[in-house]
Amino acid sequence: MSASAQGMNAPLSTTEPHTSTGIDNAKLAIWGFLGSECLFFGSMITTYLLYRNRVVAGPKPHEIYNIPYTSVSSFVLLMSSLTMVLALAAIQRGDHRGFRVWVLATAFLGMVFIGGQVFEFTSFVDSGLKLSTSTFGSAFFMLTGFHGAHVTAGILMLLSLFSMDVAGRLGPDGARKVELIGLYWHFVDIVWIVIFTVVYLIPTH
Amino acid sequence: MATAAIAEPRRLFRRPRATTGFWSWITTVDHKKIGILYGATALLFFLLGGLEALVIRMQLARPDQHVISANTYNQFFTMHGITMIFLVVMPMGVALMNYMIPLMIGARDVAFPRLNAFSYWTFLFGGLFLYSSFFLGGAPDGGWFGYAPLNQTLPSHGMTFYSLGLQILGVASLAGAVNFIVTIINMRAPGMTMMRMPVFIWMSLVTSFLLLFAMPIIAIALFQLMFDRVFQANFFNPAAGGDPILWQHLFWLFGHPEVYILILPAMGIVSEVLPTFARKPIFGYAAIVFAGIAIGFMGWGVWAHHMFAAGLGPVADSAFALSTMFIAVPTGVKIFNWLGTIWKGDLHFRTPMLFALGFVAMFVIGGLSGVTHAVVPSDWEQTDTYYIVAHFHYVLFGGAIFGLFSAIYYWLPKATGWMLGEGLGKLHFWLMFIGFNLTFGPFHLLGLEGMPRRIPTYPADMGWNFWNMVSTIGAFTIALSIATFILNVFLSRARREEAGDDPWDGRTLEWSIPSPPPEYNFATVPLVKDRDDFWHRKYVTSPDGRPVPVLAGGADATAHDDEPHEHIHMPSPSYFPVVASLGAPLMAYGVVSLQPLNLGSPSPPPNEMASIALILVGAVVALLGFFGWVLEPAAEE
Repeated sequence: MSASAQGMNAPLSTTEPHTSTGIDNAKLAIWGFLGSECLFFGSMITTYLLYRNRVVAGPKPHEIYNIPYTSVSSFVLLMSSLTMVLALAAIQRGDHRGFRVWVLATAFLGMVFIGGQVFEFTSFVDSGLKLSTSTFGSAFFMLTGFHGAHVTAGILMLLSLFSMDVAGRLGPDGARKVELIGLYWHFVDIVWIVIFTVVYLIPTH
Repeated sequence: MATAAIAEPRRLFRRPRATTGFWSWITTVDHKKIGILYGATALLFFLLGGLEALVIRMQLARPDQHVISANTYNQFFTMHGITMIFLVVMPMGVALMNYMIPLMIGARDVAFPRLNAFSYWTFLFGGLFLYSSFFLGGAPDGGWFGYAPLNQTLPSHGMTFYSLGLQILGVASLAGAVNFIVTIINMRAPGMTMMRMPVFIWMSLVTSFLLLFAMPIIAIALFQLMFDRVFQANFFNPAAGGDPILWQHLFWLFGHPEVYILILPAMGIVSEVLPTFARKPIFGYAAIVFAGIAIGFMGWGVWAHHMFAAGLGPVADSAFALSTMFIAVPTGVKIFNWLGTIWKGDLHFRTPMLFALGFVAMFVIGGLSGVTHAVVPSDWEQTDTYYIVAHFHYVLFGGAIFGLFSAIYYWLPKATGWMLGEGLGKLHFWLMFIGFNLTFGPFHLLGLEGMPRRIPTYPADMGWNFWNMVSTIGAFTIALSIATFILNVFLSRARREEAGDDPWDGRTLEWSIPSPPPEYNFATVPLVKDRDDFWHRKYVTSPDGRPVPVLAGGADATAHDDEPHEHIHMPSPSYFPVVASLGAPLMAYGVVSLQPLNLGSPSPPPNEMASIALILVGAVVALLGFFGWVLEPAAEE
């Protein structure tokens, strides 16, 4: 059973069939972790929904959101899911050159998104919205900030995949590693779709 | 760093080889060693939490006492709660799961051995981080549930330590939960179908799912608290529109599943111990399993019964009152399963059995007082009184701790190869049983007489004097019972009464292998044909329903090969889990030191550069640990 290898340790037993789902251990673990992440982001989204209209001081959401700008950066992030799929497809057919191109493209699109978020945060601070300004400010920066941190962690993992492949250390189960990190990357994108809808598109008053 | 690693991977990322001695424990990834580390650490924290409780009881023994100041009292009862919940009952349950899950499902290790080591070290460092607050300006002092807005206004660093310390412990729990879920779902021995799994494994699975979904909720609440305290956010600041009730919702949406996280492993233990010592299979296996699953689901729909006094309104109060009464049904089902198991059983009153029976009796009392909290008007009377303290000690001490001691007496011989003494064990049980009821029984009366929780002392004319003294005597009786236990462990260790493979004539797979088990657990992976498979290898059922030993030579009941037929590759030890887990506490110290203190007298402003440097060092340590983790070779050649 390759499952216990995990890209981590030697297989415990290669001959005995296990009573098992047949799903790779690491993939099952990632799905479990992503389930946990749903509650993580769900709690922050709930907090945001509770607080978005409670602005005692400072700007209100609709006064500072720049929907066209954020739509563009959302589009960039969604495109990175496409390039992630292409990277996985490339490594699965053994096309390392294609894999390196698409994994770098994915990381690059992620960095563009993060750059956009840094610019957005800066402009919000300039317009008078900080973490300490209002409950809205606290909830907004925490939610989008934690999402940005997740994207950043994803970029680090993608760049690690790239360097490992360049050094020839991705190993025979490289496609599996790429798939696992891809699952995480797609999840972070999907969370952004929810955040973009809830935070930016639902009107406030 | 990465380039250097790629150039000379073998030298930079070699794996440790020690199998004995200090470094073998630091670098181990063996689930059995990690289980022992978890258990030993939890017992040490149990002594600390118990000492705090004794000081609390000394303070409350008589009216108007000032053994410790009110401020220290706040720190002690807060740390007592945090310790017993997060550093004793949870890790003790995890210790048993770690040790027993692979043995009971016929596996050679957990799914992710290094992640398992990472969980332990993160738990240890999280606990030490919390306790270091005593020496760094004051421990958490806002209650274990840290209600807002008090959790922000308390001036010492204590509640910042709370927000970050529990966060670190949550990471450990989450990693452990993922590990156990994958292990149980994917790594059972051939023939071990879900409905043949021991009840303890089922309860571990439900507990792991509860952890998986509950820890992220408290993580957010703790982050919000940290942002409020250190970075002047407004999540729970009423002056800026923040809602303190949000903390209560997030906390109890975690906190109620948490109480099932604490009790379900103990329920699983009792479901193993009672059949063994009644020499009968568990009564109503499917019912007890589904009741456990039902508790796991319904546990998410009862959290607001902790908040009846918060003013949620009659509709919410009624809904949560109903769901709370309803969750008593699957719990009651389990009680009848246990009673049915011992009914007409061939009962052997060994020490584990006494603790298991003590669990059932005490848990019923705690469960019944729990139902009285579900009645909203009655709960309003009880809120924040000692009646509540009585309730949760009956379920968490009378329940969880009795269950865990049952497990220690039951399974420690498997881990060590020697028996714990029966005489001192029984003395331990009776002292603890009597001491426990002396301590916490009177709390019901004190609570109904109106004695509030969390008061550092009380006036003499309240009518509370007698029962408080009784309770303090009880607390010291418990302390005596724990001393008996420690004495028993050391005497038994010196005496080394051989346990053999199967000291209790057990039913499940762990008893089919040597004590202590070899590193690879099973020389040959077992083929499971039945629920309680090992029992059915030893006994057949006679026509009148009695177990009859299988004739010698009829089956290879207890015969097993101690030597493996093939070379078994076990995962190599690793340095990197412990390195990676060092990062989080370093970062946490950095965040704590960022917080300006507001202790009345002017204090120097925090040195922000040093704090940020510390956070960065922590992040780099964690990253180095994780990179080494990924890049180290699978095994040392």
